[in-house]
Amino acid sequence: MDVKFINPFVMAIRQVFKTMANTEIQVQKPKVASPNEGCDVSGVIGFSGDATGACILCFPKEVACKLASSFAGVELNIGDADFADAIGELANMVAGSAKAQFIGLEVSISLPSVVIGTHHNVAVTTQPSNAPRLQIPCSCSLGDFHVEVAMVVNKKQTAPTAAATSGARS
Amino acid sequence: MKIMLVDDSRTIRNIQKKVLGELGYTEIMEAGDGVEALNLYKQTTPDLMLVDWNMPNMDGITLVKTIRQTDKNIPMIMCTTEAEKTRVIQALQAGVNNYVVKPFTAETLSEKINQTLAKLQAAKS
Repeated sequence: MDVKFINPFVMAIRQVFKTMANTEIQVQKPKVASPNEGCDVSGVIGFSGDATGACILCFPKEVACKLASSFAGVELNIGDADFADAIGELANMVAGSAKAQFIGLEVSISLPSVVIGTHHNVAVTTQPSNAPRLQIPCSCSLGDFHVEVAMVVNKKQTAPTAAATSGARS
Repeated sequence: MKIMLVDDSRTIRNIQKKVLGELGYTEIMEAGDGVEALNLYKQTTPDLMLVDWNMPNMDGITLVKTIRQTDKNIPMIMCTTEAEKTRVIQALQAGVNNYVVKPFTAETLSEKINQTLAKLQAAKS
Protein backbone atom coordinates (compact mmCIF):
# COMPACT_ATOMS: atom_id res chain seq x y z
CA MET A 1 0.00 0.00 0.00
CA ASP A 2 1.05 3.58 -0.61
CA VAL A 3 2.68 4.93 2.56
CA LYS A 4 1.14 8.37 2.01
CA PHE A 5 -2.12 6.90 3.26
CA ILE A 6 -0.51 6.25 6.65
CA ASN A 7 -0.40 9.90 7.69
CA PRO A 8 -4.20 10.30 7.77
CA PHE A 9 -4.25 7.39 10.24
CA VAL A 10 -1.46 8.91 12.35
CA MET A 11 -3.40 12.17 12.62
CA ALA A 12 -6.67 10.34 13.30
CA ILE A 13 -5.14 8.23 16.10
CA ARG A 14 -3.77 11.31 17.87
CA GLN A 15 -7.01 13.26 17.48
CA VAL A 16 -9.43 10.49 18.51
CA PHE A 17 -7.59 9.41 21.66
CA LYS A 18 -6.87 12.98 22.74
CA THR A 19 -10.45 14.16 22.23
CA MET A 20 -12.40 11.11 23.38
CA ALA A 21 -10.08 9.42 25.91
CA ASN A 22 -8.11 12.44 27.12
CA THR A 23 -4.91 10.59 26.23
CA GLU A 24 -1.93 11.90 24.27
CA ILE A 25 -0.57 9.29 21.88
CA GLN A 26 3.07 9.16 20.78
CA VAL A 27 3.30 7.59 17.34
CA GLN A 28 6.52 5.88 16.27
CA LYS A 29 7.73 5.28 12.74
CA PRO A 30 5.39 2.93 10.84
CA LYS A 31 6.82 -0.43 9.79
CA VAL A 32 5.71 -3.54 7.95
CA ALA A 33 3.46 -5.54 10.27
CA SER A 34 4.67 -8.90 11.47
CA PRO A 35 2.13 -11.74 11.68
CA ASN A 36 3.79 -12.83 14.92
CA GLU A 37 2.84 -9.68 16.81
CA GLY A 38 -0.53 -10.81 18.08
CA CYS A 39 -2.77 -8.88 20.41
CA ASP A 40 -5.53 -9.59 22.92
CA VAL A 41 -8.21 -7.13 21.76
CA SER A 42 -8.77 -5.89 18.20
CA GLY A 43 -11.17 -3.28 16.87
CA VAL A 44 -11.63 -3.85 13.14
CA ILE A 45 -13.12 -1.57 10.48
CA GLY A 46 -13.29 -2.55 6.80
CA PHE A 47 -12.98 -0.16 3.85
CA SER A 48 -14.82 -0.45 0.55
CA GLY A 49 -15.21 1.69 -2.55
CA ASP A 50 -12.22 3.41 -4.17
CA ALA A 51 -10.01 1.80 -1.50
CA THR A 52 -10.48 -1.61 0.09
CA GLY A 53 -8.91 -3.16 3.15
CA ALA A 54 -9.06 -2.67 6.89
CA CYS A 55 -7.85 -0.68 9.84
CA ILE A 56 -7.20 -2.70 13.00
CA LEU A 57 -6.62 -1.25 16.46
CA CYS A 58 -4.56 -3.89 18.30
CA PHE A 59 -4.27 -3.76 22.09
CA PRO A 60 -2.86 -5.84 24.93
CA LYS A 61 -5.70 -6.64 27.34
CA GLU A 62 -4.69 -4.18 30.10
CA VAL A 63 -4.21 -1.27 27.72
CA ALA A 64 -7.57 -1.96 26.02
CA CYS A 65 -9.34 -1.89 29.39
CA LYS A 66 -7.67 1.35 30.46
CA LEU A 67 -8.34 3.14 27.17
CA ALA A 68 -11.93 1.89 26.94
CA SER A 69 -12.51 3.06 30.53
CA SER A 70 -11.01 6.45 29.84
CA PHE A 71 -13.21 6.82 26.75
CA ALA A 72 -16.43 5.64 28.41
CA GLY A 73 -15.86 7.54 31.66
CA VAL A 74 -16.51 4.40 33.71
CA GLU A 75 -14.32 1.41 34.53
CA LEU A 76 -14.67 -1.25 31.85
CA ASN A 77 -13.23 -4.75 31.84
CA ILE A 78 -13.21 -7.35 29.08
CA GLY A 79 -16.28 -9.14 30.45
CA ASP A 80 -18.41 -5.98 30.61
CA ALA A 81 -21.23 -5.54 28.11
CA ASP A 82 -19.97 -2.12 26.98
CA PHE A 83 -16.30 -3.06 26.63
CA ALA A 84 -16.51 -4.27 23.01
CA ASP A 85 -18.81 -1.36 22.16
CA ALA A 86 -16.21 1.15 23.37
CA ILE A 87 -13.33 -0.52 21.49
CA GLY A 88 -15.46 -0.75 18.34
CA GLU A 89 -16.40 2.91 18.51
CA LEU A 90 -12.75 3.96 18.95
CA ALA A 91 -11.89 1.95 15.81
CA ASN A 92 -14.85 3.54 14.00
CA MET A 93 -13.67 7.04 14.84
CA VAL A 94 -10.03 6.38 13.85
CA ALA A 95 -11.06 4.87 10.50
CA GLY A 96 -13.70 7.54 9.84
CA SER A 97 -11.36 10.42 10.65
CA ALA A 98 -8.60 8.93 8.48
CA LYS A 99 -10.79 8.29 5.46
CA ALA A 100 -12.07 11.88 5.54
CA GLN A 101 -8.51 12.83 4.55
CA PHE A 102 -8.40 10.56 1.47
CA ILE A 103 -8.95 13.40 -0.97
CA GLY A 104 -10.36 12.29 -4.30
CA LEU A 105 -11.42 8.87 -3.07
CA GLU A 106 -14.96 7.79 -2.27
CA VAL A 107 -14.55 5.29 0.54
CA SER A 108 -17.12 3.71 2.85
CA ILE A 109 -16.42 2.15 6.22
CA SER A 110 -18.02 -0.95 7.72
CA LEU A 111 -19.65 -1.25 11.10
CA PRO A 112 -16.99 -2.19 13.68
CA SER A 113 -16.12 -5.73 14.72
CA VAL A 114 -14.23 -6.52 17.92
CA VAL A 115 -12.11 -9.63 18.42
CA ILE A 116 -11.13 -10.71 21.94
CA GLY A 117 -8.68 -13.55 22.56
CA THR A 118 -5.16 -13.95 23.87
CA HIS A 119 -2.46 -13.26 21.27
CA HIS A 120 -4.60 -13.46 18.14
CA ASN A 121 -4.05 -12.20 14.61
CA VAL A 122 -6.67 -10.72 12.28
CA ALA A 123 -6.53 -11.70 8.60
CA VAL A 124 -7.61 -9.17 5.98
CA THR A 125 -8.87 -11.04 2.92
CA THR A 126 -9.37 -8.00 0.67
CA GLN A 127 -5.65 -7.36 0.69
CA PRO A 128 -3.57 -8.83 -2.17
CA SER A 129 -0.99 -11.23 -0.77
CA ASN A 130 1.92 -9.12 -2.06
CA ALA A 131 0.64 -5.82 -0.56
CA PRO A 132 2.40 -4.87 2.67
CA ARG A 133 0.34 -4.44 5.80
CA LEU A 134 1.70 -1.54 7.78
CA GLN A 135 1.87 -1.19 11.52
CA ILE A 136 1.77 2.14 13.36
CA PRO A 137 3.30 1.64 16.83
CA CYS A 138 1.67 3.82 19.47
CA SER A 139 2.46 4.55 23.09
CA CYS A 140 0.77 6.56 25.82
CA SER A 141 0.69 6.87 29.60
CA LEU A 142 -1.67 3.86 29.73
CA GLY A 143 0.67 1.56 27.79
CA ASP A 144 1.63 0.55 24.24
CA PHE A 145 -0.56 -0.62 21.38
CA HIS A 146 -0.48 -0.50 17.60
CA VAL A 147 -2.70 0.18 14.65
CA GLU A 148 -2.44 -1.91 11.49
CA VAL A 149 -3.55 -0.65 8.11
CA ALA A 150 -3.98 -2.90 5.08
CA MET A 151 -5.34 -0.92 2.19
CA VAL A 152 -5.41 -1.15 -1.58
CA VAL A 153 -6.44 1.86 -3.65
CA ASN A 154 -8.57 0.82 -6.60
CA LYS A 155 -8.87 4.24 -8.19
CA LYS A 156 -6.04 6.31 -9.60
CA GLN A 157 -5.72 9.40 -7.43
CA THR A 158 -5.53 12.81 -9.02
CA ALA A 159 -3.66 14.43 -6.14
CA PRO A 160 -1.90 13.37 -2.94
CA THR A 161 -3.82 13.66 0.29
CA ALA A 162 -3.67 17.02 2.03
CA ALA A 163 -2.48 15.29 5.16
CA ALA A 164 0.55 13.71 3.49
CA THR A 165 2.88 16.50 4.64
CA SER A 166 2.58 15.75 8.36
CA GLY A 167 4.77 12.79 9.21
CA ALA A 168 4.97 10.34 12.09
CA ARG A 169 7.67 10.79 14.72
CA SER A 170 10.65 8.62 13.82
CA MET B 1 -37.86 18.74 26.16
CA LYS B 2 -37.69 15.16 24.91
CA ILE B 3 -34.45 14.31 23.14
CA MET B 4 -33.83 11.09 21.22
CA LEU B 5 -30.30 9.72 20.82
CA VAL B 6 -29.86 7.38 17.86
CA ASP B 7 -26.49 5.61 17.75
CA ASP B 8 -25.49 1.95 17.62
CA SER B 9 -22.77 2.64 20.21
CA ARG B 10 -24.07 2.69 23.76
CA THR B 11 -20.82 4.34 24.84
CA ILE B 12 -21.50 7.30 22.54
CA ARG B 13 -25.11 7.51 23.75
CA ASN B 14 -23.87 7.58 27.35
CA ILE B 15 -21.42 10.38 26.54
CA GLN B 16 -24.16 12.36 24.77
CA LYS B 17 -26.52 11.74 27.69
CA LYS B 18 -23.94 13.12 30.12
CA VAL B 19 -23.47 16.30 28.05
CA LEU B 20 -27.24 16.76 27.75
CA GLY B 21 -27.64 16.22 31.49
CA GLU B 22 -25.11 18.98 32.15
CA LEU B 23 -27.16 21.25 29.86
CA GLY B 24 -30.24 20.45 31.93
CA TYR B 25 -31.93 18.03 29.55
CA THR B 26 -32.96 14.89 31.37
CA GLU B 27 -35.83 13.47 29.31
CA ILE B 28 -33.75 11.28 27.01
CA MET B 29 -34.80 8.40 24.79
CA GLU B 30 -32.38 6.01 23.11
CA ALA B 31 -32.38 3.90 19.97
CA GLY B 32 -29.62 1.63 18.63
CA ASP B 33 -30.51 1.84 14.93
CA GLY B 34 -32.80 3.58 12.45
CA VAL B 35 -35.63 1.06 12.66
CA GLU B 36 -35.77 1.26 16.44
CA ALA B 37 -35.60 5.06 16.23
CA LEU B 38 -38.45 5.26 13.73
CA ASN B 39 -40.71 3.16 15.95
CA LEU B 40 -39.82 5.21 19.01
CA TYR B 41 -40.33 8.46 17.08
CA LYS B 42 -43.88 7.40 16.12
CA GLN B 43 -44.72 6.54 19.72
CA THR B 44 -43.15 9.49 21.51
CA THR B 45 -42.66 12.45 19.11
CA PRO B 46 -39.36 13.82 20.46
CA ASP B 47 -38.43 17.53 20.32
CA LEU B 48 -34.86 16.97 19.09
CA MET B 49 -32.94 14.04 17.61
CA LEU B 50 -29.20 13.29 17.50
CA VAL B 51 -28.63 10.77 14.72
CA ASP B 52 -25.58 8.66 13.83
CA TRP B 53 -24.94 7.86 10.15
CA ASN B 54 -23.57 4.30 10.06
CA MET B 55 -25.86 1.91 11.91
CA PRO B 56 -27.23 -1.59 11.33
CA ASN B 57 -30.76 -2.24 9.97
CA MET B 58 -31.40 1.37 8.88
CA ASP B 59 -28.71 4.04 8.57
CA GLY B 60 -29.07 7.60 9.78
CA ILE B 61 -29.48 9.20 6.37
CA THR B 62 -32.40 6.90 5.54
CA LEU B 63 -33.92 7.63 8.93
CA VAL B 64 -33.67 11.41 8.38
CA LYS B 65 -35.20 11.17 4.88
CA THR B 66 -38.03 8.97 6.16
CA ILE B 67 -38.91 11.33 9.00
CA ARG B 68 -38.67 14.41 6.77
CA GLN B 69 -41.36 12.99 4.47
CA THR B 70 -43.94 13.72 7.15
CA ASP B 71 -42.22 16.02 9.64
CA LYS B 72 -40.47 19.14 8.35
CA ASN B 73 -40.05 20.68 11.80
CA ILE B 74 -38.32 18.32 14.21
CA PRO B 75 -34.70 19.43 14.68
CA MET B 76 -32.22 16.70 13.78
CA ILE B 77 -28.46 16.82 14.31
CA MET B 78 -26.25 14.29 12.53
CA CYS B 79 -23.45 13.07 14.83
CA THR B 80 -21.06 10.87 12.86
CA THR B 81 -17.51 9.95 11.86
CA GLU B 82 -18.43 10.80 8.25
CA ALA B 83 -16.48 14.05 7.93
CA GLU B 84 -16.17 14.60 4.17
CA LYS B 85 -17.80 17.73 2.73
CA THR B 86 -19.80 15.58 0.30
CA ARG B 87 -21.32 13.69 3.26
CA VAL B 88 -22.16 16.90 5.12
CA ILE B 89 -23.91 18.24 2.01
CA GLN B 90 -25.74 14.93 1.56
CA ALA B 91 -26.97 15.07 5.16
CA LEU B 92 -28.08 18.70 4.90
CA GLN B 93 -29.95 17.90 1.68
CA ALA B 94 -31.62 14.98 3.44
CA GLY B 95 -32.90 17.42 6.05
CA VAL B 96 -30.58 17.59 9.06
CA ASN B 97 -30.36 20.96 10.81
CA ASN B 98 -26.79 20.65 12.07
CA TYR B 99 -23.76 18.35 11.90
CA VAL B 100 -21.30 17.13 14.54
CA VAL B 101 -18.20 15.18 13.50
CA LYS B 102 -16.87 12.45 15.80
CA PRO B 103 -14.57 12.70 17.67
CA PHE B 104 -16.29 15.61 19.41
CA THR B 105 -15.71 17.51 22.62
CA ALA B 106 -18.52 18.14 25.11
CA GLU B 107 -18.22 21.84 24.25
CA THR B 108 -18.76 21.22 20.53
CA LEU B 109 -21.79 19.04 21.14
CA SER B 110 -23.31 21.57 23.56
CA GLU B 111 -22.65 24.41 21.13
CA LYS B 112 -24.29 22.59 18.20
CA ILE B 113 -27.36 21.66 20.25
CA ASN B 114 -27.78 25.22 21.57
CA GLN B 115 -27.16 26.65 18.09
CA THR B 116 -29.79 24.37 16.53
CA LEU B 117 -32.41 25.13 19.15
CA ALA B 118 -31.70 28.90 19.01
CA LYS B 119 -32.07 28.95 15.21
CA LEU B 120 -35.39 27.15 15.40
CA GLN B 121 -36.60 29.44 18.15
CA ALA B 122 -35.63 32.48 16.08
CA ALA B 123 -37.43 31.09 13.03
CA LYS B 124 -40.61 30.57 15.07
CA SER B 125 -40.68 34.09 16.54
